[in-house]
Amino acid sequence: MTASRHAAPATLPIGSDADLAWVRQQVRQAAAELGFGLVQQTKLVTAASELARNTLVHGGGGHVVLTPLHTGQAQGLRLSFVDSGPGIRDLEQAMTDGYTSGGGLGLGLSGSKRLVQEFEVDSTPGGGTTVTVTAWATIVPPTRPGL
Amino acid sequence: MTGAAGPPLAGATGGYGFTVPVLRLGDVLLVTLQGELHDGMAEQLQHDITSRIAGSRVTGVVIDISGVDIVDSFLGRVLAEIAAGAGLLAARTVLAGMRPAVAITLVELGLTLPGLRTALDVERAMELLTGDPRDGERSP
Ligand SMILES: Nc1ncnc2c1ncn2[C@@H]1O[C@H](COP(=O)(O)OP(=O)(O)OP(=O)(O)O)[C@@H](O)[C@H]1O
Ligand SMILES: [Mg+2]
Repeated sequence: MTASRHAAPATLPIGSDADLAWVRQQVRQAAAELGFGLVQQTKLVTAASELARNTLVHGGGGHVVLTPLHTGQAQGLRLSFVDSGPGIRDLEQAMTDGYTSGGGLGLGLSGSKRLVQEFEVDSTPGGGTTVTVTAWATIVPPTRPGL
Repeated sequence: MTGAAGPPLAGATGGYGFTVPVLRLGDVLLVTLQGELHDGMAEQLQHDITSRIAGSRVTGVVIDISGVDIVDSFLGRVLAEIAAGAGLLAARTVLAGMRPAVAITLVELGLTLPGLRTALDVERAMELLTGDPRDGERSP
């Protein structure tokens, strides 16, 4: 990915219910400014809500970094949810639809992966969790030489 | 805060200075959700609706979500639990007015809300609840 970054990343705290609402609003606004359509905005805001809530509930709080991305063809938004909580011991299990260690539905991680184009989890037991997702306002067309 | 929250008839304020209007129409409770719903507020609402059903002769609940711009797994679970609680108290719940973008997102998220009836708008939801209960069970 040869994304050059024009706009500066923004960091928002995730420490309360009210912060979750603020994160949703800021992600919505950033996505709208980057030209995301209504369905794309809704998907990204929903994924952000799931991941921010995981940061709060499972990670004990943390922050999110919003980074607007600009390439030749597309505008994107990258969101990194960072906590220094207990980490995820079994990532494969955590990514399974319906798996929850608490009273949730177990759809947050697996479901948000389906709502974005790029999804990455970096977690070490005892060392916190960072989940990074990227969505693009327009699907980057596959490189087709000759077209 | 954008938009009017409607007439403050009765409802839940989750301590956020924001009211969820809950209106009684005959035997039906009409709950209107709008904009940002904090997690604590959603739980408060669940409690309030259940106690209002228990303390009255309400036989149906319509939850109007036409003003809600996202439903995530948390709110989805709250809605399902409201419906389950209402069901135990012999009231049926219909979710009205889900936005198309929200519906598309819920399917991809994997949240299908089984057991929750839906209607395109409040009017049709009221018809579902006040008509013959069997008429509502439309086969696909
Ligand atoms: N930031 C995190 N830190 C530690 N553990 C996490 C984190 N995020 C997710 N997990 C673990 O992964 C599991 C699955 O997460 P997921 O979001 O899919 O489900 P949930 O949060 O339990 O329920 P839901 O999101 O559906 O309400 C969680 O139960 C938790 O054990
Ligand atoms: Mg979760």
